[in-house]
Amino acid sequence: MAVELYLDLFSQPCRSVFMFAKKNNIPFEFKKVSLMDGEHYGDDFGKISIIRKVPALRDGDFCLSESIAIMVYLAEKFQTPDFWYPADLQQRARVNEYLSWQHTAIRMQGSKMFWLRLMIPKMIGMEVPKEKMDGALEDLNNSLNLIEEKFLQDRPFIVGDQMSLADLVAIVEIMQPLGAGLDVFDGRPKLSAWRDRVRTFIGEELFDEAHQNILGAQEGMKQIDPSKLELFKPKILRLFL
Amino acid sequence: MELYLDLVSPPCRAVYLFAEALKIPFEFKLVDLSAGQQYSEEFGKLSVVKKVPVLKDGSFVLTESTAILEYLVQKCSVADHWFPADLQQRARVNEYLSWQHLNLRSHCSKVFLLRTLYPFVMGSEVPKEKMDAAVEDMKQSLNLLEEKFLQNKPFIVGNKISLADLVAMVEIMQPLGTGVDGFQGRPKLMAWRDRVKKELGEKLFDKTHEAVLNSSGLQQKMQNNSELQKLKPLFIKYFR
Repeated sequence: MAVELYLDLFSQPCRSVFMFAKKNNIPFEFKKVSLMDGEHYGDDFGKISIIRKVPALRDGDFCLSESIAIMVYLAEKFQTPDFWYPADLQQRARVNEYLSWQHTAIRMQGSKMFWLRLMIPKMIGMEVPKEKMDGALEDLNNSLNLIEEKFLQDRPFIVGDQMSLADLVAIVEIMQPLGAGLDVFDGRPKLSAWRDRVRTFIGEELFDEAHQNILGAQEGMKQIDPSKLELFKPKILRLFL
Repeated sequence: MELYLDLVSPPCRAVYLFAEALKIPFEFKLVDLSAGQQYSEEFGKLSVVKKVPVLKDGSFVLTESTAILEYLVQKCSVADHWFPADLQQRARVNEYLSWQHLNLRSHCSKVFLLRTLYPFVMGSEVPKEKMDAAVEDMKQSLNLLEEKFLQNKPFIVGNKISLADLVAMVEIMQPLGTGVDGFQGRPKLMAWRDRVKKELGEKLFDKTHEAVLNSSGLQQKMQNNSELQKLKPLFIKYFR
């Protein structure tokens, strides 16, 4: 029985897992969980993951959530090439360092920007207060600066000459605000060059396939029924408290 | 090997407890957060992120407590149960360590910061709505800790303690001194806490948590520190 991956490609961590599995030719069954339709709150998905988040993995009886845990599991199980998660003590530490840092930095801020620019205006029918937007943008820029200054520096990829899970996890988060019309690569040639290298390394077709949904989000939002977004209200209120 | 720490910080406590409990030799380098030392020029040269904990092993400098813990596990060959080699067990530890950043860690820290730092930075009491939301979020995370991660096992992965339990415990302890007791009304968590304390060493555990449990002492210290007063604008971002 093949591994099942429960995914919605609107979600950044789902994109990492998707690209990782495909790039490494790991056989899996794509189980779509439509976040916009609230499928993550359904009974079926609840049996896979009580946390009710994507991505999730099911391998026989074993269910696992959290994209990083999933990719490390797949890397070990399918013996993917060393560069993804190097065995070397210091190189692995560098990957772990990025994977840890990113949760409350770029991941949180890229997501927030997406909600503030696209989802919330659609829901409440008006733009978010300027002060809130400016604060969010400042935080996002600080994270992007750190990515360039600390994690990338003058290396082709975060750990060195080859791509790793760190770059894979970084790229999907940085792409998220793009889906809301904010070009974070503008004025950042180092970051743009790195993005091009990552896209080439993964394979342009696969990269573009993974990002099709998110990059079409603005168009998609035009047609969506605002009442569908009621589901996300509690989450939104949190962003404003 | 040097560890740059302030035991008021939960991830610092996790690293400290692990190193001490496993008798890993290190030099304790204090970075006094309530004096704003993380913003000093000297510390900035060590780590541009300006956070603790930081490990310095020869010329190798590493941030992020979970990365540091895994580095110590790999380098020092500790007992397997801390970070099991078994594929599925390790995945369970990784799953917890990943989930906790934006959940238990984030929510417990927020409660602590709102109680301890907000009045100092913003010059007023925390709005009730904000405080209630933070406490509710913490409650939801504790529910998930019990229902998904612990269930009916002695420890998160099973019969033995792992990095997951250590990292979880230090976060729940954080708001305790401010009057928000995450263990209250949760006998399962209390029993688990006692098991964790026993594994690490009760004296060591209590000593490690002394500073953060002395909430009024902390607040006094901050009020009296002129350096910290100047750094107030930097802390506003925690509350926006």
